[in-house]
Amino acid sequence: MTLSPTADRAASAPCGPAAVSIEGVDKTFRLPHQQYSTLKERALHPFRSTDYDELHAVKGVSVEIATGEFFGIVGRNGSGKSTLLKCIAGIYGVDAGRISIAGRLSPFIELGVGFNMDLTARDNVIINAIMLGLSRRQARARFDEVIAFAELEEFIDLKLKNYSSGMLVRLAFATSIEVDAEILLIDEVLAVGDAAFQQKCFEQFYRLKREGRTIVFVSHDMYSVERFCDRAMLMERGKMVQIGEPRAIGRAYHKLNFGQLPHEAPIEDHSSSGTAIADAWFEGPGGERVTSCSQEDALNMCFEVRFGEDLEDPVFAATLRTELGHTIVVARSDQHGGNSGSFSAGETAIARFSIPSWLTPSRYTLTPSLAREGTGENALALVEDMTSVVVHGTTSGGILELPVEAKIERA
Amino acid sequence: MSAMPDVGLPAPLQAPGSHRVHGPSALGSDLHRFWSLTFTLARTEFKLRFYGSVLGYVWTLMRPLLLFSVLWVFFTKIGHVNDGTTPGEKYYGAQLLGSIVLFTFFIEGTTNAVRSVVDRENLVRKIHFPRLVIPLSVVLLGMFNLALNLIVVAIFAISAGVRPMLSWLELPLIVGALILFAAGMAMLLSALFVHFRDIQPIWEVVAQILFYASPVIISIQTVIAKLNPTLLHIYMLNPLAVIFQQFRHAMITNATPAAGQVLGSWSALFGALAIVVAIFVVGFLVFNRAAARIAENL
Repeated sequence: MTLSPTADRAASAPCGPAAVSIEGVDKTFRLPHQQYSTLKERALHPFRSTDYDELHAVKGVSVEIATGEFFGIVGRNGSGKSTLLKCIAGIYGVDAGRISIAGRLSPFIELGVGFNMDLTARDNVIINAIMLGLSRRQARARFDEVIAFAELEEFIDLKLKNYSSGMLVRLAFATSIEVDAEILLIDEVLAVGDAAFQQKCFEQFYRLKREGRTIVFVSHDMYSVERFCDRAMLMERGKMVQIGEPRAIGRAYHKLNFGQLPHEAPIEDHSSSGTAIADAWFEGPGGERVTSCSQEDALNMCFEVRFGEDLEDPVFAATLRTELGHTIVVARSDQHGGNSGSFSAGETAIARFSIPSWLTPSRYTLTPSLAREGTGENALALVEDMTSVVVHGTTSGGILELPVEAKIERA
Repeated sequence: MSAMPDVGLPAPLQAPGSHRVHGPSALGSDLHRFWSLTFTLARTEFKLRFYGSVLGYVWTLMRPLLLFSVLWVFFTKIGHVNDGTTPGEKYYGAQLLGSIVLFTFFIEGTTNAVRSVVDRENLVRKIHFPRLVIPLSVVLLGMFNLALNLIVVAIFAISAGVRPMLSWLELPLIVGALILFAAGMAMLLSALFVHFRDIQPIWEVVAQILFYASPVIISIQTVIAKLNPTLLHIYMLNPLAVIFQQFRHAMITNATPAAGQVLGSWSALFGALAIVVAIFVVGFLVFNRAAARIAENL
């Protein structure tokens, strides 16, 4: 597969000064064959101690992460991504190369590290904040904010062992973002908490982003990488395989995992004539392309079709789905717009479907398709979840924010 | 384990305000943070002991007190080894309790330190912080307990008839030397334990030996009477022997000789002092060397 031009641009030119600069970093672990050597074994086999397996976890990785950038590192288990993160954090020393950072680095790489289950939330928050580099006084001053964010006011004097796992995560997340660090390192955190809290975390990420913090984010959850990151990098067996725009990296990652892209397969089956969907995107109210929007904005679902044969009144359709795969709407040109007209081979057409601003905060995907006139079942081209948009705002808890008029009358 | 190779890259071209990330170290670059972390870890652990059981702190106190009661009953009522009649054995109970409290601090501090770094694997592998914080927080926790236990010793001693002396001013010096020794051992043992897991049983045996090789149960007069000068010199090489004896002399009664008087001159104590300083320096160096790779060797 090839990179799209946008990916190349993003990869080569991070704007702004480098917050994290990694130059040719190498990291090797020496794993002794006998994990726990004892003095007796040392004495009996004095030369055996040199018997190491070398695990070359990170090989010659170089990358510059710009200030204010959200940078994702993805890769399979054992690809070296967490090791690289620990090298940036200073938990592991590097064997070769150099890592420089500009700004204060949060020393955390995982949520809730150092939480003690036998202590209350109050004690844990303060201890954790001190671990993060705050003074005791600063930690006390921020305590209320942390608890308010985590929505755990009633439970501050409860021992953590009596907390539910969701409450723990909320507390951990709240503690770790209440820090002055300009550079945050985050290892696999977003797959936790209930939906409402996740949304709150996402909002915090946007806030951090707005404030110009730099975030390095390790994950194998491609959704969150695509959702937040400006740029991403794919690692495999300790090496950087590809760097660029998150979507392109996501596709490369899927290819690495499954040998093919999940949403690429069906296209050729439907049409041998070369009719294909060239692009798909969302447009905001002003006609600009968006990957995220606020809840109040009306959205256009758009895609571009390249015709490989002459077609009379083909049916353009756009399917909008939630992150969980529930279909919100199937917009069809024959039902919502009448006949589409005739197209000849070589032409391109752009389809636009506008929908009102009724979406709840979440990520939505667009599946564009094209079918011959008729039932719409015999698709000529279809790309599952070709693009996505993140809607942010507040939620009433339903799956749609339908316009509601309330009227209360005395009966 | 080898030192990190010199990578030989050209001089860094860094943006203004940026700094190079070094791997983990023993001390870190921010001494204020070092202290605040050490104190926080020790305080947390102290708090946990309070909360852990109904009687909380009382149990921390009970251990030396129970040992004291057993020994005291045995040696004064049954064994008739020390009946308090010879001059050096004046206030035998207070002397015994004082030594036990000091010994408990040393042994708890060091044996808890042995496993400390390995047991806090979770922190070490996931947070960048100066590694030396861990063993030193264990010693600091011991110091909290020691301070409380010394109050009990003082109450016991005064109620036994000990009267305040000018030499009580020596206390910070005596306890300071003991802390230095304990901290040195804590650093050394915790760093070695990462590689050699049999440090733990070995140290437990050494602790037993040290208990009998120091003036805890017996008084120094008995030791002087029984050992020839060479053996006595060896006995007084043990820093604990010197510290305990000086504590008894300065804090309880000057009927028992000062540590310097045991060998006839203060300069004879140079060996014990050198051992304390050497253990501290070696302990620090060993830990410092291990610190960079502790996270990956756990």
